[in-house]
Amino acid sequence: MGNLSLTFAIDFGIPALLIVFAFFTGTIVERRHFRRIIDRENELRGIPAFAIRRIPKDLALSHPKLVYGSAVISVDYFKKFAASLRAIIGGRLGTYESLFERARREAMLRMKDEARRQGGDIVLNVKFETVRIFSGGGGAVSVEAMAYGTAYRKNHAGAEIH
Amino acid sequence: MIISNMEEIPGKRVVQHLGVVQGSTVQAKNVFRDIGASLKNLVGGELKSYTDLINNSRQEALQRMKREAVALGANAVLNVRFSTSTITQGAAELLAYGTAVVVEDSPNG
Repeated sequence: MGNLSLTFAIDFGIPALLIVFAFFTGTIVERRHFRRIIDRENELRGIPAFAIRRIPKDLALSHPKLVYGSAVISVDYFKKFAASLRAIIGGRLGTYESLFERARREAMLRMKDEARRQGGDIVLNVKFETVRIFSGGGGAVSVEAMAYGTAYRKNHAGAEIH
Repeated sequence: MIISNMEEIPGKRVVQHLGVVQGSTVQAKNVFRDIGASLKNLVGGELKSYTDLINNSRQEALQRMKREAVALGANAVLNVRFSTSTITQGAAELLAYGTAVVVEDSPNG
């Protein structure tokens, strides 16, 4: 009898502890990440990015350069557990939505960072790509989000166009 | 060499199309990095080593695409796209492709 309850405690107790632990760490990590994202988005507001394919007629741009940024973000044990529950009844997977959002916004920021490093003022034709990556054991999933586009320098009025 | 994912370059015009050029790499993950990754799978967060790994191979894919374009005599690659596919657990193919062209300065911008 004692043996059985010990097995029970190991089989269910440890995963339950991990889920609770992951819930707290995951929430803290996510909240911190979002705060960092918002700060950097404000900082990089000066470099706008557009998903347009043509250069607007009133903009004089030069020095095109392909820029990209990407981020691989992992789920935590709690998100994984919540997702497996959700898979039974269906519906929106809120815990994964925030994961994709973080990865995508982070990728966009890194793309803008790269544009700034290259002396760019604006990024056009922004595209996103998302890939699921298997990592670690037990079929754990992480997502890679990538953002890319063409960075340009703005020519100020009167300057000659190259 | 101008690399862009737009269809045109301001101030230049395309004088010759040389066709599609592409570059790709197949990257497998590192077992030792995986130990760190499985820990991150518990607590969540960015897998920095994976981000770097993928970025390096994407850079390599772009380089290969560029080399192909240079071999064709192009001085620009336009409409560049990226594509990624996971092959098996732990391996991914990163592809970059675009159209190799010859451009020259256009007098009327």
